[in-house]
Amino acid sequence: MDPLLIVVIVIVIVAVVVFIALYNGLVQKRLRIDEAFAQIEVQLKRRHDLIPNLVNAVKGYMGFEQKVLTDVTNARAAAVAAGGQGPTQQAAAENALTGTLRSLFAVVENYPELKANENVLALQEQLTTTENQISFSRQHYNATVLDYNTNIQTFPSVLIAGILGFIKRDFFDAEPEAETVPNVDLSLS
Amino acid sequence: MAVASFYNQISANKRNSFLLAAFVIAVFATLGFTIGYAITGSAAGAAGVTAFALAIGAISGVASYFSGDKLVLAVSQARPVDDASAPQLMNVVREMAVAANVPMPAVYVVDDTAPNAFATGRDPAHASVAITTGLLEKLDREELQGVIAHELSHVRNFDIRFSLIVGVMVGVIAILADFFLRFTFWGGMSGRRSSSRDSGGNGIQAVILVVAIVLAILAPIIARFIQLAVSRQREYLADASGVELTRNPYGLERALAKIATDQEVLEVANRGTQHMYFTNPIKKFEARSSGLMDTHPPILDRINRLRQLTGDPPLPAADAAALAGLD
Repeated sequence: MDPLLIVVIVIVIVAVVVFIALYNGLVQKRLRIDEAFAQIEVQLKRRHDLIPNLVNAVKGYMGFEQKVLTDVTNARAAAVAAGGQGPTQQAAAENALTGTLRSLFAVVENYPELKANENVLALQEQLTTTENQISFSRQHYNATVLDYNTNIQTFPSVLIAGILGFIKRDFFDAEPEAETVPNVDLSLS
Repeated sequence: MAVASFYNQISANKRNSFLLAAFVIAVFATLGFTIGYAITGSAAGAAGVTAFALAIGAISGVASYFSGDKLVLAVSQARPVDDASAPQLMNVVREMAVAANVPMPAVYVVDDTAPNAFATGRDPAHASVAITTGLLEKLDREELQGVIAHELSHVRNFDIRFSLIVGVMVGVIAILADFFLRFTFWGGMSGRRSSSRDSGGNGIQAVILVVAIVLAILAPIIARFIQLAVSRQREYLADASGVELTRNPYGLERALAKIATDQEVLEVANRGTQHMYFTNPIKKFEARSSGLMDTHPPILDRINRLRQLTGDPPLPAADAAALAGLD
């Protein structure tokens, strides 16, 4: 057989194998982003489920702080409803809920009996860990987006990414509201 | 010091540890070949001896790979905990597992007032972390999270597997060198030399014999130093990877300072297990090794590297004095 023909065949085989490996890599990284996004939803739902228990546990002690409690309950209901309205609405509602919970924790600091109550402490720990898990799952989501975006923009995957329809994905950004200090309202209403 | 990013620290540490590991493998290959050639007088024989030594090492490695973690947990008297018995600890571990996107490891507690922790397991799906009761009492949530992030990073960087490979190489080098030196000095060489068929073989073989003896004496020591250097690099890597998870260098930094200055001795730790712990559990000054012989980097160094990540200057002299010489 003509040696030149053999060389050409080998080059073609190598090229095909490399192409398959690169394509599979891109698909896998893109799927990881979707998985990471789904994990955030799991954490958000967990928080929705925990809140009614917390409100019930503190209600008896916090006679004067009803506004803070109603804020939390209403924000939770809004967040659950926003679940079906698309990611932007959902993110806004969840951030609003975070704000009300921060206010609630700040207020609980003023009630020594409440702070010492074991149920309340356990629930507070549960909510703290849920908030943390939400942040970490968002952080991991950003890590998968970074990995994917880096891959499609660097050699060698950059050669095939555009042609095959692999486009850049967006990071999860905290809403502007998340940067404001929580409003602690100690009014008697 | 300039601001560094944990990404840079992670790449540098990985690169250094791979270079060191490659060097150990090169030492092993060189030793195996020279010994093999000195004994058999041919290149094929040299390759055969090297392969045989590697096979023996691999067998011991496989045994350790699959059951090493159970052994280590038993030796350290670790007891398993769950959400009911240690809720905050489980939550902290769960948060780190979410951040790292690894399955939740098995969590154990060691009843000892000395604050320390270790992780074991061949891959993230078969991982365990163990924490002492002393550490749980002395650290706050943020500091505990830093320590757990460090330990979980050992697992996700496959450090246990990496250390095992390096450890097997070091062990095989030691056995090979020991076997060869006994073989040479207690007879067995004179017969072979006279039966060598190569016309120029005697001369070359004699030279190789000398080289092999020198290597057999030096290689085990060199390999051990490299193994310790690898251990230190992987500790730095676990610190930087831990920060990648928590995005909070301060927690880990405070935990390091608190644990290092604690003078309690961890009862269940010994020279065989010391390399696995978060900080060196051997506290008696005379018993500790330092510098090149150390399994852990100095605490001051680890703290200053973490301070680089936030752009803070290295620890001021007064605080540094308290931590000098500790690991």
